[in-house]
Amino acid sequence: MIYAICFYLFATITVFSAIMVISSRNPVHSVLYLILAFFNSAGLFVLLGAEFIAMILVIVYVGAVAVLFMFVVMMLDIDYSELRKGFQKYLPIGGLIGLILLAELLLVGFGWGLSGPVTTDPATAIPALNEMSNTEAIGSLLYTKYAFLFQMAGLILLVAMIGAIVLTHRARPGVKKQNINDQVMRRRGDAYDIVKVKPGQGLG
Amino acid sequence: MNELLLEYLPILIFFFIAIILSCVFIVLPMMLVEQKPDTEKLSAYECGFEAFDSARKPFDVRFYLVAILFIIFDLEVAFLFPWAISLGEIGLFGFVSMMIFLGVLTIGFIYEWKKGALEWE
Repeated sequence: MIYAICFYLFATITVFSAIMVISSRNPVHSVLYLILAFFNSAGLFVLLGAEFIAMILVIVYVGAVAVLFMFVVMMLDIDYSELRKGFQKYLPIGGLIGLILLAELLLVGFGWGLSGPVTTDPATAIPALNEMSNTEAIGSLLYTKYAFLFQMAGLILLVAMIGAIVLTHRARPGVKKQNINDQVMRRRGDAYDIVKVKPGQGLG
Repeated sequence: MNELLLEYLPILIFFFIAIILSCVFIVLPMMLVEQKPDTEKLSAYECGFEAFDSARKPFDVRFYLVAILFIIFDLEVAFLFPWAISLGEIGLFGFVSMMIFLGVLTIGFIYEWKKGALEWE
């Protein structure tokens, strides 16, 4: 009973906020609705028993990706009349992409309906929750059986890190920085010279 | 399954209390408090002055770099949780697998450090 109520509550709010993400006029509101959608999907994952994915959704998507989206939205120079202006120009290509996605979704839906009953239940691969927790089940497979994919994920993260630095980092000229190595290596002789001045001659 | 969900019951109760409280805080002042709407109450001000210019200035791209580096290390830590739990059963292979993963990301970290991407200037 409570389970069903929770499911319908989370599912309704997820769909509602997903619609608001694409239909709200202010991009900042869109990002806030996106965060709401993430939280509700995390609730849905908890209802499915996938605790680890739910928590990762909150930590990574709400904690990091939404913040990144917020920065991107703030980096844009938001001028509302400017945003409206492109609508006519981008309508054909945007509509085309939308139609392709719709066709793909319909194909998946009809294919699922036509393919008959599912013979192998995907849930049988997952150990029962009272034997092993969700996080442990992931851990027992990811690092050994799927080690190659795991290392690929690591390499993709490396590429993302280097790519972000190459694209956005630039050394600013004329900035004075503290160089601790230079400070420590500085000797007395670097700063001044002791000169013996003979009487009546000066430094000449 | 239901035992698992029972552990989340306090969070659900907390969630409903939060919804009810926030609704009360919005609805109650509407009924109780005398309303005197004024455009000046909604206008922006900076320490008593009129706003000097628009608040919608574009952010520096450096915030973006910090955020994306944060995401990458966040994901790296997320991979550590199931590894730490199941380390007993995945054995040496799982351990070495994670060490290679961490090694690859440490190369990225050294690059980042040497490049000065972590410095704000």
